[in-house]
Amino acid sequence: MAYMKDSVWKNVDWWTVTLYLALVILGWFSVCGASYNYGEPDFFDFTTRAGKQLMWIGCSMILGFVLLMLEDRLYDTYAYLIYGFMILLLFGTIFNPHEIKGSRSWIVLGPVSLQPAEFAKFATALALGKYIGEYTFSMQRTRDMLTSLAIILVPMTLIILQKETGSALVYLSFFLMLYREGMTGAVLFSGVCAVVFFIVGLRFGAVMMPDEMTTWGEFSVLTLVILLASLLVKLYGTPHSRASLYIFWTGGGTILLGSLFSCYVIPFNVCHLQLWLCGALVVYLILVYLRERLRNYLYVIVFTLCSVAFFFSTDYVFNKVLEPHQKVRIEVLLGMKDDPAGAGYNVNQSKIAIGSGGLFGKGFLNGTQTKLKYVPEQDTDFIFCTVGEEQGFVGSAAVILLFMALILRLIILAERQDTRFGRVYGYCVMGIFFFHLFINIGMVLGLTPVIGIPLPFFSYGGSSLWGFTILLFVFLRIDAAQEK
Amino acid sequence: MEHDYKLEKRKYVIAGTVIAIVVVYLIRLLSLQIMSEDYKKNADSNAFLKKIQYPSRGVIYDRHGELLVYNQPAYDITVIMKEVTRLDTMDLCNTLGISPESLRERFRSMKDRRLNPGYSPYTHQVLLTQLSAEECGMFQEKLFKFPGFYIQRRTIRQYNHNAGAHILGDIAEVSKSEMEKDEYYIPGDFIGKLGVERAYEKQLRGEKGMEILLRDARGRIQGNYMDGKFDKASVPGKNLKLGLDIELQELGERLLEGKIGSIVAIEPSTGEVLCMVSSPSYDPRIMAGRNRGKNHLKMAQNPWKPLLNRAIMGTYPPGSTFKTAQALTFLQEGIINTSTSYPCYKGFNFRGLHVGCHAHPSPLQLVPAIATSCNGYFCWGLYHMIGAKKKYGSVQKAMNTWRDYMVSMGFGYTLGIDLPGEKRGFIPNASVYDKAYRGSWNGLTVISIAIGQGEVTLTPLQIANLGATIANRGYFITPHVVKEIEGDTLESIYRKKRYTMTEKIHYEEVVEGMRAAVTGGTCRGANLPDIEVCGKTGTAENRGKDHSAFMGFAPMNDPKIAIAVYVENGGFGAVYGVPIGRLMIEKYLKRELSPEDEVLAADIQKRRIDYGIHER
Repeated sequence: MAYMKDSVWKNVDWWTVTLYLALVILGWFSVCGASYNYGEPDFFDFTTRAGKQLMWIGCSMILGFVLLMLEDRLYDTYAYLIYGFMILLLFGTIFNPHEIKGSRSWIVLGPVSLQPAEFAKFATALALGKYIGEYTFSMQRTRDMLTSLAIILVPMTLIILQKETGSALVYLSFFLMLYREGMTGAVLFSGVCAVVFFIVGLRFGAVMMPDEMTTWGEFSVLTLVILLASLLVKLYGTPHSRASLYIFWTGGGTILLGSLFSCYVIPFNVCHLQLWLCGALVVYLILVYLRERLRNYLYVIVFTLCSVAFFFSTDYVFNKVLEPHQKVRIEVLLGMKDDPAGAGYNVNQSKIAIGSGGLFGKGFLNGTQTKLKYVPEQDTDFIFCTVGEEQGFVGSAAVILLFMALILRLIILAERQDTRFGRVYGYCVMGIFFFHLFINIGMVLGLTPVIGIPLPFFSYGGSSLWGFTILLFVFLRIDAAQEK
Repeated sequence: MEHDYKLEKRKYVIAGTVIAIVVVYLIRLLSLQIMSEDYKKNADSNAFLKKIQYPSRGVIYDRHGELLVYNQPAYDITVIMKEVTRLDTMDLCNTLGISPESLRERFRSMKDRRLNPGYSPYTHQVLLTQLSAEECGMFQEKLFKFPGFYIQRRTIRQYNHNAGAHILGDIAEVSKSEMEKDEYYIPGDFIGKLGVERAYEKQLRGEKGMEILLRDARGRIQGNYMDGKFDKASVPGKNLKLGLDIELQELGERLLEGKIGSIVAIEPSTGEVLCMVSSPSYDPRIMAGRNRGKNHLKMAQNPWKPLLNRAIMGTYPPGSTFKTAQALTFLQEGIINTSTSYPCYKGFNFRGLHVGCHAHPSPLQLVPAIATSCNGYFCWGLYHMIGAKKKYGSVQKAMNTWRDYMVSMGFGYTLGIDLPGEKRGFIPNASVYDKAYRGSWNGLTVISIAIGQGEVTLTPLQIANLGATIANRGYFITPHVVKEIEGDTLESIYRKKRYTMTEKIHYEEVVEGMRAAVTGGTCRGANLPDIEVCGKTGTAENRGKDHSAFMGFAPMNDPKIAIAVYVENGGFGAVYGVPIGRLMIEKYLKRELSPEDEVLAADIQKRRIDYGIHER
């Protein structure tokens, strides 16, 4: 296998390496900007955050180099071993005595603090690749499906126990890979529906329709359920069946007439009518199923029932399950509460910092909002504010586009793998980067809830930088071993 | 490895999702950074603490360099609401010596954006103004107990003399409408409200400086923004030197005690106002400091109207002082010459119209007519001028020619003195009479304007300016109270000669008449032993008792002072106008009064005129 080692440098995907280097360097400048204090511009002093970050960047370069030099078969071979070790480490971390900001996710080894959760993503991705890559694996087999879900859920649970909900949510990104590998789209569809129902139901749960009896939230969600059911019947029902049209016109028409009647004649709660309609829909679908004997109709029934049940449980979940601070975060995000001094403070200040950047920004180290520490966590989770303020629209758009280029490149690389192991691993890597980008930047821009996860290569911190470097370079090593 | 092409298509779904989210984020970035300015403003008010450096206001001197108005330290208490924590209201009230209600009221109006458009919890807001050093001392000691509260050193105006309040004016907190007009001002700033303080506000105030400090999220100051590159040092206000002679002003105010009226003296060669007395007056010191509002209100409600500067805001019939202007007009127009005689047998009697006059020889020529203040002479003159159909074509044209002469002498329009609120008086023209008499009128109809009665009204300043014009033999310089602005020049209108329509030669004839009035006519009381005074009395009829007026200048051949005295309801010109004019001229030219004149001054000071207004 000696020839492989020589050709690693020829076969490694230089596009990705270039994007990686560009992001890391831009990230270092951002850390400089974000951690800069007036009168101490010494970025190379290793006691400052900029200096430390530089050291970690150096380490991760070496790490990347070493990973490229290692044997590619290693990961395939030792995937479970690495995974098992990580699970033990995560488990052990729960009981470690060092608590940092209420989180028990840190292992302190002398001067260095490490967050195993950052490396567990890599281990989980490897294990998933290994498991799904087996020839015997089939997405249709329930046992296989459950096993792969378990591979995801075990570290996720352990991380939640470490009180790092944000990092745990990253594991949801593996569903993107599962979708690519054949998991039915219904899962993702249900997820999206759940989020939409949740948001609409919550946001407009107290806004009344003109009849003063029905809330917009309930009304829209139930209307949506009936319309989606008709769409599903159309897509997955018997071809040329008119069932879908019946549902659409009967359901939609009744709702329209009902709400008009309620608004202009006698007010009543239209939702009751809609619930009756859902009941009628279920009965109708059962009849259709009995006639056609097509299983898909049963799924639509399940969808309808689950949607209604889910919707009516959101209130309970929201008020009873979520922690108060999580509740407030969501309410602020949805614009139901204005609280610029409290829960909305971070996001409000972050929007101010970014908004004040303008087209070209205030220039490196000239940002006032970030320098004067108006944005909390500005060199870790909120680092994108510094980019926004100092580099303006041009700079921040460039950073987002670089990330997009990296993610799209990863899709291309994943698709060209000729082992399923490589492809699965590649999609996992891509999914993780995408999830971080989606949540982190969305949070800074005030579009997604405040979930504390770092922006890859930008946020200050060694663990996350090394974690992402390992994730990426292992994939590059696997990719470089391809026969082209 | 098997390829499932159906599944492979899912890469497009995934890539599409990525691109869609990136696009949404880019749009969001665009709207945050480019479409909206709000975030920029928020950022600035977050990070920049603009600390204003107040310049010292210019001080004011009189023409001899006597300091009239200066600055005295006072203290403002400002507050940054964002920094206020655990405020012990009772303690604060006790320390400042105010009631909790008024403190609450003060906070409320401070936060009300309609009253205080510049309110922001991040910047200094003025809570209390003009505390004395003693009042502030207590607070200073306890300042550590009140985070968010600051003391800002300011100055208030102080006055050395209890005189000249109308000229000097005062300053007060800027009003909302003034702030809207000029963005320079922020709440708590002071602005000139009256007199010179208002007219020369821009010169006196200087330019505020600004230090831009960077403040971090905890409110700590992190130094100057860009190392002070954008800081601006304050520019101190310019000092003013007035044409005013404060001693003359003080004498004038003494003489008018208990009377309503005014005295205006002008240096003819420069147009500088030497004194401008308006009685009743007030002590300018009561308008400085925290009680200004209270005192201002009290004076505004006073039936004597002490706030009114009658010298420029009172419009009166000029009476006989106006005859000099008539003589100048008739001479220039050739209606009369020095040897023209008109009859006057106890008045002007013509076609059933009678304008009374006192006993004097008749017929008489111009000089004795001015000296004895003959009504008949000037009525004939005007009658002939308005009736000169051959010369003018119509009464209207004749009337408007007359009007032009009057306007050229500074009547009918504001002169343009550098004080706010000047009135223009009234000079009728042909269309006024056309309207009043439906076109059928003649010289007889309007005859009373010849003797400064009827429709004509002038301000005391315009009368004094008439004196200055005659003293200058044909021109005047727009009267002004400010003589010099430190490091600046006066506006050009205060340096330019304005010629009247009458030639110099005719002025000499009128001067002769005015001299004769002093040596042997109605103004004998103004005849000073070694100063050649020229003068003209005025006794203006009105609904009540006649107004007493005097207009004159001295010395005759090198005039240093022109003066107008006007005492409401003072009777004959000789009763108040002439002696006051005499004393003022003597005081200004000799710097002090002779012992006999001291006695006269004391006598006049004591005399009171009954105006039927008792509450004062």
